[in-house]
Amino acid sequence: MNICLYCYALLEKPLTWSNWLTIEANSVLCETCAAKLKIISGKRCEVCSRAWNGAICSDCQQWRQLGENIEGNYSIYYYNETMRDLITQWKFRGDYVLREVFRKDLQRAFEKQFASITPSIAAVPIPLSKNRMQERGFNQSLALAEMLDIPVKHALGRNSGEKQAKKNRKSRLKRGNPFFITEALQQPALIVDDIYTTGTTVRQAAQQLKLHGCPAVYSLTVARS
Amino acid sequence: MDKQIPLTPALLAQALSGKRLLEDEVPIPQACFQVLRSTKQLIPIPAIENNKGAAKCTRCGNTAMHYFSEYSCGICQKTHLYCRNCIQMGRISECKPLYSWNGAEARWPVHANPLTWEGQLTPAQSRAAAHLEQAVNEIIPSYLCWAVCGAGKTEMLFPAITAALKRGDRVALASPRVDVIRELLPRMRQAFQNITIEALYGGSEQRTGRSQLILATTHQLLRYYQAFDVLIIDEVDAFPYYLDRSLMYAAKQAVKKQATTLYLTATPRKNFRLQMKLGKLPHVFVPLRYHGHLLPVPKFKFSFYLTSQLTNKKLPHVLLKWLTQRKNPKRQLLLFVPEIVMAKELKEVISTSLLETNTIAAAEELEIVFAADQNREEKINQFREKKLHALITTTILERGVTFPSVDVVVLGAGHEVFNEAALVQIAGRAGRSADDPSGEVIFFHDGKTYAMEKARQMILDMNARGRKR
Repeated sequence: MNICLYCYALLEKPLTWSNWLTIEANSVLCETCAAKLKIISGKRCEVCSRAWNGAICSDCQQWRQLGENIEGNYSIYYYNETMRDLITQWKFRGDYVLREVFRKDLQRAFEKQFASITPSIAAVPIPLSKNRMQERGFNQSLALAEMLDIPVKHALGRNSGEKQAKKNRKSRLKRGNPFFITEALQQPALIVDDIYTTGTTVRQAAQQLKLHGCPAVYSLTVARS
Repeated sequence: MDKQIPLTPALLAQALSGKRLLEDEVPIPQACFQVLRSTKQLIPIPAIENNKGAAKCTRCGNTAMHYFSEYSCGICQKTHLYCRNCIQMGRISECKPLYSWNGAEARWPVHANPLTWEGQLTPAQSRAAAHLEQAVNEIIPSYLCWAVCGAGKTEMLFPAITAALKRGDRVALASPRVDVIRELLPRMRQAFQNITIEALYGGSEQRTGRSQLILATTHQLLRYYQAFDVLIIDEVDAFPYYLDRSLMYAAKQAVKKQATTLYLTATPRKNFRLQMKLGKLPHVFVPLRYHGHLLPVPKFKFSFYLTSQLTNKKLPHVLLKWLTQRKNPKRQLLLFVPEIVMAKELKEVISTSLLETNTIAAAEELEIVFAADQNREEKINQFREKKLHALITTTILERGVTFPSVDVVVLGAGHEVFNEAALVQIAGRAGRSADDPSGEVIFFHDGKTYAMEKARQMILDMNARGRKR
């Protein structure tokens, strides 16, 4: 049966010449749910993908002064209420199959933004601490990275720590680097993750990668909060 | 089940027996858990039975393949099936078993005189109450109490619950509606002051899960397994219970093998009515409200352009006319609309008309309330305290809530969300108090539906049976 992955409503598609004659990928969401996910449009910050009238947003300028270590982040959707609920359901409740919602747009974004610049790029998932893994049973970052058509390198490891989402901006920025290198990368890296909030996680991962010889670090995230 | 419990054998048995829990739902320290597991006091059972393409979730009974999905496990590097049907209560997967208690049997105190309620039942109530008590005493597997809206169902339950507590039974009262549970908790605490009572619903506080008397939403029953001697399901015809097979499965799983399940409803659906007719379901019917007056019969008012008027944020002329001619303008006003969007859109125009007709004195006396409303409880309370004079609402207020003196208006009663049961329940909001037993109920429509006709017929039938008594 063909049902919406998120609200379980029946997906009814009228038969038309085009979908009778061609093989068309089935959509995973119903129209109502799909319409609630908003793709970031219009002007955005060149570095972090936040909606911004200008070249580089104030946050990223601050990062520059501190010493920037990522080439850029690209996010696909706005982090609105629906996106928050969807990610909660997927990541915290462990509804793994919901990653399919992002598959098409993630692949498209990759093709458009990264494929041409760096053909030899490898996806690097943000690792989970042992406790989180015990809780969830899967790594959301890896689940996303696997959907891209590029090699996945487990280059990073993670010391156990507290949940990111429970911290405020200040303590997030202050925290020491939880990542360490397990495999040095000599090729450009693409960090794939669900949400870009302050950008701290991505930059901490990038710092470790670059210290060990990685030439360039990009990031692709599903939502920009 | 957030707090860790004190670790005496008796308390452990009370906290863990009659349940099937995931490891992280078991409220004891890791070391203690390991001991209980190795001494076989906690037994792991497969959370999903997977027999080559036909899977079943042990917790919610789901067998529909499209409610199962797979994930590749980062712990054991295998692909596991998981259940999406009950995922809101923690993911059930092939990776983690459910644990059921196998230690000493839990004992619940026997109470000589548990009832601390001093009210009096009306003759109609006590007749029904006696039947329910008998059903509990004779351990009849299922028994239905069909009582009209406002018959005083809660009080009718007291003798049956008392009988169970006298035996040292464990009792649960479940409802599909969280509002009902919230309203019941203080009343039950008042009526059974010496019994441990707790309420379980999504977001409830102080859960230990080891009280003798449990009030819970029907979803919460999913965690229980052969736990209760008496299970009472209130509003058994309400959404989502009657549509959700996993909730019926949960109710069946939650009771012991020898147990009584009491069903309460004001509007039994087809399957129950059929079973009653065939004599398969023992039942008792209470046609009179506790104050002895008949149910208000809904009036239908036709308005040709209703649907287009409502979408254009206009109100029908008949409504405005009715507003000026209400029999008792002091009554509060409950306005039901079919959709949340409509409630929001119409608030302004309704507010103006109510002000013009002097129904409300100020715009602040009107509010809207809907399911996802964060201030839902607060607004309902304000309305109850008469700080609000009029309330626009969706079907969430159709049942389980009592306001003493209201007139009820349904705008667009022909809409599909207003099915027969919903309309009977909505009409049942009026005339609840003995001081004002006759509120008006008006259905505005642009085309009668079967549901409207059947709802009115049901009310007329119940009134006819009530008159005979």
